[in-house]
Amino acid sequence: MVSPLDKKLGRDLWRMKTQALAIAMVIAVGVLMLVMMDGLVNSLEETKTAYYERYRLADAFAPVKRAPRRLLEEIADIDGVASVEGRVVGGALIDIEGQAAPVRAQAVSLPEFREPRLNDVFLARGAKLDARRHDEILLLEGFADAHGLEPGDRLSATMNGARREFRIVGLAQSPEFLYTTAPGELVPDDSRFAVIWMGEEALAAAFDMDGAFNEALIGLERGAPLPAVLAALDRLLDPYGGAGAYGLEDQLSNRFITEEISGLVVSRSVVPPIFMAVAAFLLYIVISRMISAERLQIGLLKAFGYTNMEVGVHYFKFVLAIALVGAAAGCLFGILSGQALAGYYQLYYKIPFLIFLVDPGAFLIAVAVSVVSASAGGVIALQSVFALTPAVAMRPPAPPDYSRAFDIAGALKTWLDQPSRMVLRRLGRQPGKAFVAVIGIAAGMGLSLSMIGVMSGFSRSMDLTFTVIDRSDATVSFIEPLSDKTLYELARMDGVIEVERFREVPVILRNGTKSHRGGISGLIAEPRLSRAMVNETDPIHIRKDGVILAQTLRDKLDVEAGDMITIDVREGRRPILTAPVVAIADSLLGAPIYMEIGALNEALSEPHRVSGARLRIDSDKADMIYEKLKNMPAVAGVSLKGDARDALEKIMNEGAGATRFIMAGMAAVITFGIVFNSARIAFAERAHDLASLRVMGFTKGEAAFVLLGELGIIVLIALPLGIVIGHGLVGAIAAGFSTDLYSIPAEVDAASGGGAALAVLIAAVASGLLVKRDVDRLDLVAALKSRE
Amino acid sequence: MSERAAFETRGLTKVYGEGPTAVHALRGVDLVIPEGELVVLLGASGSGKSTLLNILGGLDRASGGAALFFDKDITAMTDRQLTLYRREHIGFVFQFYNLMPSLSAEENVELVTEIAENPLDPVEALGLVGLDKRRDHFPAELSGGEQQRVAIARAIAKQPTVLFCDEPTGALDSVTGRTVLGALQNVNRELGATVAIITHAAATAAMADRVIIMSDGAVREMTVNDAPQSAEEIEW
Ligand SMILES: Nc1ncnc2c1ncn2[C@@H]1O[C@H](COP(=O)(O)OP(=O)(O)OP(=O)(O)O)[C@@H](O)[C@H]1O
Ligand SMILES: [Mg+2]
Repeated sequence: MVSPLDKKLGRDLWRMKTQALAIAMVIAVGVLMLVMMDGLVNSLEETKTAYYERYRLADAFAPVKRAPRRLLEEIADIDGVASVEGRVVGGALIDIEGQAAPVRAQAVSLPEFREPRLNDVFLARGAKLDARRHDEILLLEGFADAHGLEPGDRLSATMNGARREFRIVGLAQSPEFLYTTAPGELVPDDSRFAVIWMGEEALAAAFDMDGAFNEALIGLERGAPLPAVLAALDRLLDPYGGAGAYGLEDQLSNRFITEEISGLVVSRSVVPPIFMAVAAFLLYIVISRMISAERLQIGLLKAFGYTNMEVGVHYFKFVLAIALVGAAAGCLFGILSGQALAGYYQLYYKIPFLIFLVDPGAFLIAVAVSVVSASAGGVIALQSVFALTPAVAMRPPAPPDYSRAFDIAGALKTWLDQPSRMVLRRLGRQPGKAFVAVIGIAAGMGLSLSMIGVMSGFSRSMDLTFTVIDRSDATVSFIEPLSDKTLYELARMDGVIEVERFREVPVILRNGTKSHRGGISGLIAEPRLSRAMVNETDPIHIRKDGVILAQTLRDKLDVEAGDMITIDVREGRRPILTAPVVAIADSLLGAPIYMEIGALNEALSEPHRVSGARLRIDSDKADMIYEKLKNMPAVAGVSLKGDARDALEKIMNEGAGATRFIMAGMAAVITFGIVFNSARIAFAERAHDLASLRVMGFTKGEAAFVLLGELGIIVLIALPLGIVIGHGLVGAIAAGFSTDLYSIPAEVDAASGGGAALAVLIAAVASGLLVKRDVDRLDLVAALKSRE
Repeated sequence: MSERAAFETRGLTKVYGEGPTAVHALRGVDLVIPEGELVVLLGASGSGKSTLLNILGGLDRASGGAALFFDKDITAMTDRQLTLYRREHIGFVFQFYNLMPSLSAEENVELVTEIAENPLDPVEALGLVGLDKRRDHFPAELSGGEQQRVAIARAIAKQPTVLFCDEPTGALDSVTGRTVLGALQNVNRELGATVAIITHAAATAAMADRVIIMSDGAVREMTVNDAPQSAEEIEW
């Protein structure tokens, strides 16, 4: 038989269903976030690992100028090497019909008569390469889609100076190219970088590599020491122009992917706990007030001889029911949205399959946090009722002693009507309750505000990057460093307004055991088109006596201005330099390293070299300029700032940044949940008083005013506090959203504050209207009869 | 009648609040309630009747003095002991009915029989107050008097050692009032429970073994009634 207490439980839950659902919803959102992010991160990790394994992605890469194929056997003999594949890779420029700027591509060879031992490709559409036909290629699917190319279409590309016609037979994907950027560019863009796979013989012919390879791929035995293998590779390949072997972790695509995932890992460990904490706090407040309202009934149960334990268990079940419904809904929707997000990432990265996986630990944590915080609210409230003797608990709370309250209402008597005075007196009489309500609403608002702050941080980041830091229109990069005389040719072109040289040198920065693989940008001392900034708006003078590091690198390498750093140059003569860090620059995009170009060239003993130039051009003559650039043999590529901006916007909105929209929505739900619950509880606590007012002849409007006036004042007090809390949270949340590719400035501006305040006010008005309906429907007789 | 005292108080005091606004609800109550008696408490409003009963029933704590229940001092009990004391021995009918609004009449009774050692059947208990037909109604669907009768059924149903009733007939008409008093007398006579009833209806005193009159926080008068009437005979 169901015990009478359990029946009471069921009916009380049903009676308070609106409120219970509102609470459950807040819990659900906190849990959803936790489970969703966990599912997303785990699934991406798993999927990535599986994708790498199935298509045998190499563990190490060894680029070399030109090495004979027989060397591959020697490589295979290195201790710890399990498999070796030699291949030919080279740069290409693709002509796209109707587009002036050429598109850069990487050509990669595939063995003709067997499966590649390493770095296999997934054929998404079309056919495999026919070994006998040298004009057949596979094309990276993302690029093909971006340009509407299909198997069967033709493609013309320039390789090694010669223009050639190809036939696309298939569209492929590869774990090696999940994330592709043209060399020297940061932001991936499907439409502006291509990968072409073709038969080894054909590609070797194009690049004069017959019987040779220019990249070795290495698969390691389990547990083999990577550094030792890399060192052995470097020793073997050095005579043939080895450019330095590197492990998978430094492979471009893998690095981006790994960083994207670790960005999500940070998001996961920062953002959901904040949401969960706010939800838990709300839960605590609401539950403790709900239970305080049950004081009479608790006293009665105690009077009958129910023990504290029995009463506690009863209310624990009550709390548990709400928390579990919320947690279950959160888990369910968390899995669904995690799966949807992961699926979205799968599409975004064009991974052929997805392994969705949620760690059961995430469920447990989510459920435990909601149950514990809800119970804590219950325990505190029960404790305070248990502290009373049953006789006192059962007495309807004595009418508050308004004589003791600071009587602002009395002082304003002449100006205020009766209902207004009731509102003020009530607040003055129960400042503790009002204070907790203020904190709750402020916390919700802070959460919303920090999300709005992060949203606007994204656009600020874009703005700063593309209007303040980079003021060029296009960037030209050369196939290899050239004499700076080449720049005159650019400057002479009709429509080119300004030319600014730069040098890009691949390096590994080292500080003790910490290292970073990237590129030094050599800039002129007072750059105008591409600047290094501090405090967002102050340009830094590029000094000759050292390097300027981006903030992200300062943190990654743990160096400060004044420290010395080792620069391992990976190009040309490959000197190893030491230089002081002279300044730290803001970095919203990428992790730049700056040095004065003259000093850089001098350090490399390569005076007057440039890797390319940034241009400011007359937009009317842009197409003509691109056409000319395309025909300059030294030009490897041209990238337009507009395209780069669009591409960055795309990855911010569609990549890891996409979760911010979901999170902002959830912050709104939580904020609304808090405001609504506050209003609803105030109503439950006052139902009896409100009914009395109505009986005395007050109108519905006046009765509602007494209730909602109080809510209004609480909300108004909460607004400034919410702004303070938002300030506190935005830093943590922005850090959670920043990745190695871009960082989000943490700040709350006036507009964000206004937006969040508006959101809270809207929530308050909506809650007010919902509760007003309850006031209007108040059953006077029932409310007065049952003295709950 | 047995010679043992169910309750004995010595110098029992109760002060609400402190300082100048303190209310001395009990100013030294000395009384004896022998086991198995039916006692009626009379007194002006505010004289301390409810306060006394609350302390004897373990619902409230005294400020001073002693209150013995069969030689055990209630005032010295811990919270836990008080809970067990109420659970095992005491039945209450409150001045305000104090029903659980979300439970039906029968379920309100079950709430107590659940944890009682030797309870009556809830429906039977409701029958004693003439409400077995309304057992599925919720408090909001019952009149004040009916709610009070449910509260009485609830108190009787656990077959308590002691039954405390704070104005059980205050809201009732004479006929139902007599039924209720009859039920209380039954509990006293058939089950041997000690019963204490607070009332403003002086006529009720006629059915008591003992009448205690309180005034200003103390016992002003105590009379023993050698020939108590049965409830039906009471002039209302
Ligand atoms: N919680 C309390 N705080 C302060 N004073 C109290 C409290 N409870 C009772 N009193 C005061 O103690 C005195 C005795 O109250 P009690 O309720 O015992 O009276 P009573 O005899 O039962 O009166 P009635 O017949 O009106 O029920 C009264 O003056 C009352 O105002
Ligand atoms: Mg009383």
